[in-house]
Amino acid sequence: MDVFKSFRSPSGGETRVLDDIDLDIRRGEFFSLLGPSGCGKTTLLRILAGFEQPDAGQVIIGGQDMTGVPPHRRSVNTVFQSYALFPHLSVQDNVAFGLKMKGVPATQARHRVLQALDRVRIADFAARRPDQLSGGQRQRVALARAIVNEPQVLLLDEPLSALDLKLRKELQVELANLQESLGITFVFVTHDQEEALVMSDRMAVMNRGRVEQLGRAEDLYERPRTAFVANFLGSSNLIEGTVLGVDGIGATVQTVHGPLRTTHGHGLRTGQNVTLSVRPEKLRMERDDETEGNEIRATVDDIVYTGAENQYLLRAGGQQLVVFQLNADIGADEDFDYEEQVALYLPPDNLVVLEEA
Amino acid sequence: MIRRTHPALSVWAWVVYAFLYLPIIVLVVFSFNDSRFGATWTGFTTRWYPALFARSDVREALAHTLEIALVSTLVSTVLGTLVGLGLWRYTLRLRTALTGLLVLPIVIPDVVMGVSLLMFYSFVRSGLERLGWTFDNGFWTVLLAHVTFQISYVSLTVRSRLAGYGPELEEAARDLGATGLRSFTHVVLPLALPGVLAGALLAFTLSLDDFVVTYFTSGSGFSTLPVLIYTNVKRGVTPDINALSALLVLVTVVAIVASNALLRPRRQA
Repeated sequence: MDVFKSFRSPSGGETRVLDDIDLDIRRGEFFSLLGPSGCGKTTLLRILAGFEQPDAGQVIIGGQDMTGVPPHRRSVNTVFQSYALFPHLSVQDNVAFGLKMKGVPATQARHRVLQALDRVRIADFAARRPDQLSGGQRQRVALARAIVNEPQVLLLDEPLSALDLKLRKELQVELANLQESLGITFVFVTHDQEEALVMSDRMAVMNRGRVEQLGRAEDLYERPRTAFVANFLGSSNLIEGTVLGVDGIGATVQTVHGPLRTTHGHGLRTGQNVTLSVRPEKLRMERDDETEGNEIRATVDDIVYTGAENQYLLRAGGQQLVVFQLNADIGADEDFDYEEQVALYLPPDNLVVLEEA
Repeated sequence: MIRRTHPALSVWAWVVYAFLYLPIIVLVVFSFNDSRFGATWTGFTTRWYPALFARSDVREALAHTLEIALVSTLVSTVLGTLVGLGLWRYTLRLRTALTGLLVLPIVIPDVVMGVSLLMFYSFVRSGLERLGWTFDNGFWTVLLAHVTFQISYVSLTVRSRLAGYGPELEEAARDLGATGLRSFTHVVLPLALPGVLAGALLAFTLSLDDFVVTYFTSGSGFSTLPVLIYTNVKRGVTPDINALSALLVLVTVVAIVASNALLRPRRQA
């Protein structure tokens, strides 16, 4: 167990910024804390760094209880959202700061600084001042300044949010590679779901100070447990209904679109109200006149062309459904028209049953 | 964007500068006038400068002025820096009100400041007399008076110097293994230092050439150069006093130029 924590409300006031957080982050993994702004992810990070203290509960890092230990005595380093580079020091001296504070001999420190600068490919700028660097370069310096200390855990607070899209994508890959080669545990805070999906081994989706769901990126995307996760991580179509019957291979749910089959029926009871979630890219539109099993009739309301895919907004049973279809061939006749009647197939394997909120 | 200024505007600017600085230039010029009295130029001399330092009252006032200026600057720089750092670092509920309180000694008329300090000292004195203690107005009362207005200038310069930096710099230092003290000495202080020095220079010149507050709080038998100049000029303007004033102007200008140089933002690449 690398990091464990459970506590309530660091604010002490009426509002609980964090509530009942119980996280177990594994040694050497790339872990993301994903959530909208104000969900408490940054507060959680600050508690790990030691800038804030939990009102109750424990923070255990590398098997040692770190609750109440000040930041400078933790083997944890932070990459700040604003980078927080020291403006009066050169790039080199910024990176050397941590080693200097720990009393690492100067010659050894210089060697490690150069190595760290090399790792993030910024060695050419060692003599510059932070204000002579671009945003992406500052980001690299902030990273070097943290990893040079070889911490047990590296905390990253939305480090890519200030960069433009192209650079962000580039650095996402670099960061993931860096983490792999260093073997340091990364805890990465972001509100960007794509970023979290691309980089993390595992992630926790947070909402209103609670962890909604924890798991591998793939699991969270394919099997969201709550409506919040289903919609925050990508987009989802939610269909409400009542369980008609449960059998060995799944369940049948009565919805406004008629009975729908799902293979995710474990633990359901007949008569129970449930919400089904299905990803837009997992729905299939067809031109059949007749509807068979798990097919519903729908009308095309709107079409959004986004390049790689077409996004169809469909109307069915008084509900709006979204379908993403890959734009595979130029001018293919799979393209549908406005107001066209279609048959929409909802694969039973992809109809996920959400927990009642 | 470079815009050419209208010629009339440049002329007007020169008129304004002349209005502001001609009296001082005249004063400096006449400190080299080889005539005992009056405003007629009779020839160039530098004799008033050595003559000045031959006067024991001038030497004494100079000593007082420098003592007050140095000690008050030291005290107000330390206190003002702490106030400036506090205003920068903490989100205080009454931050706006506190800043307003700091600006008050700057905008309040000197006369009011002088009178209020005079009243304050006599109030304290009457209280202490009841306990059997007493004190005269002099070095200590002037010193305290100067510190009261200097603190404002120092704290505001320090705060404005740090305005662009967030508290995360201190957190970054702590994160990298610095104790509270070391994050102060290695990060906060180096960043604030130009502001601290500029504030100190400002405080020094303010003390050096303060007349009104000093006049009210110095009592008899203790004078600084500005007070000495005033009492002398009452008996007529003499060239040695011109020389003394010219020296004061010189020291003040040097300190202000240095202070501004320190506060100038570093050029971005």
